[in-house]
Amino acid sequence: MDEGKLTKETDAQAEEPALLPPVDVIEDAEGITLYADLPGVPKDRLHVQVDADTLTLSGEMDVAMPQGMAATHAEVTLPRYRRSFTLSKELDAEKLSAELKNGVLKLRIGKAAHAQPRKVEIKVG
Amino acid sequence: MDFSLFPRDMVADLDRLQRQMQQAFEFSPSIRGFARGGFPALNVGSTPKSVEIYAYVPGVEPASIEVNLERGVLTVSGERKSELAGLGPKDTLHIEERFAGKFRRVVTLSDDLDPDTVEARCRDGLLHISIQRKAAAQPRRISIQ
Repeated sequence: MDEGKLTKETDAQAEEPALLPPVDVIEDAEGITLYADLPGVPKDRLHVQVDADTLTLSGEMDVAMPQGMAATHAEVTLPRYRRSFTLSKELDAEKLSAELKNGVLKLRIGKAAHAQPRKVEIKVG
Repeated sequence: MDFSLFPRDMVADLDRLQRQMQQAFEFSPSIRGFARGGFPALNVGSTPKSVEIYAYVPGVEPASIEVNLERGVLTVSGERKSELAGLGPKDTLHIEERFAGKFRRVVTLSDDLDPDTVEARCRDGLLHISIQRKAAAQPRRISIQ
């Protein structure tokens, strides 16, 4: 896994340990679609932030646990997620839309108009 | 034949060491194996009155999840559709980490649970199953005369 390449954390953010959510990233002609698994995170605790060329997703889980519960088996050991990506220049942060459904975030980032693909004619001769 | 390049069977030693480490970190190793890293991720907790199971099922329609409890064995199964099925010929898949396909996880729970009291709620991709213990199995304080 070369997740390290894509993940960049600033010192302030790195203080709080968080889970790295799995993602799918698909690019098409008009932009990029990102899906991130963030189970347990309600809409009001999800943060999608673009700072210069860094996109950061973070979210806190809302897990109501009964009083006096003792964990007997734990695979999810932290109550929050965080992951950052470096955006490239042709992506337009203004053209960003986010949708959260059943714990999956669908993020759409459009490409700037000048970065839309143009077919380059190849001359034979 | 006792001949080996290594003084002892190093492979077997490493294997045993790994198993010992796993035993040390798991609370109660199950006969059904170590399924860490499987989908959905599971957290299990217990209180004197109930057992609480949290299954992390992002992207799965709550109505399509099947939860079964039989003789203290809980099964959570279903299917998660891939978002990548509609990928066009000119689309590029840069990162692919999310689980897709059929899933099934089985957990052994204690057998003092009352199968008639199973309650399951799903919100934000987190399935919470709560099962009450049988009244007779709940701890009682015995007064000393």
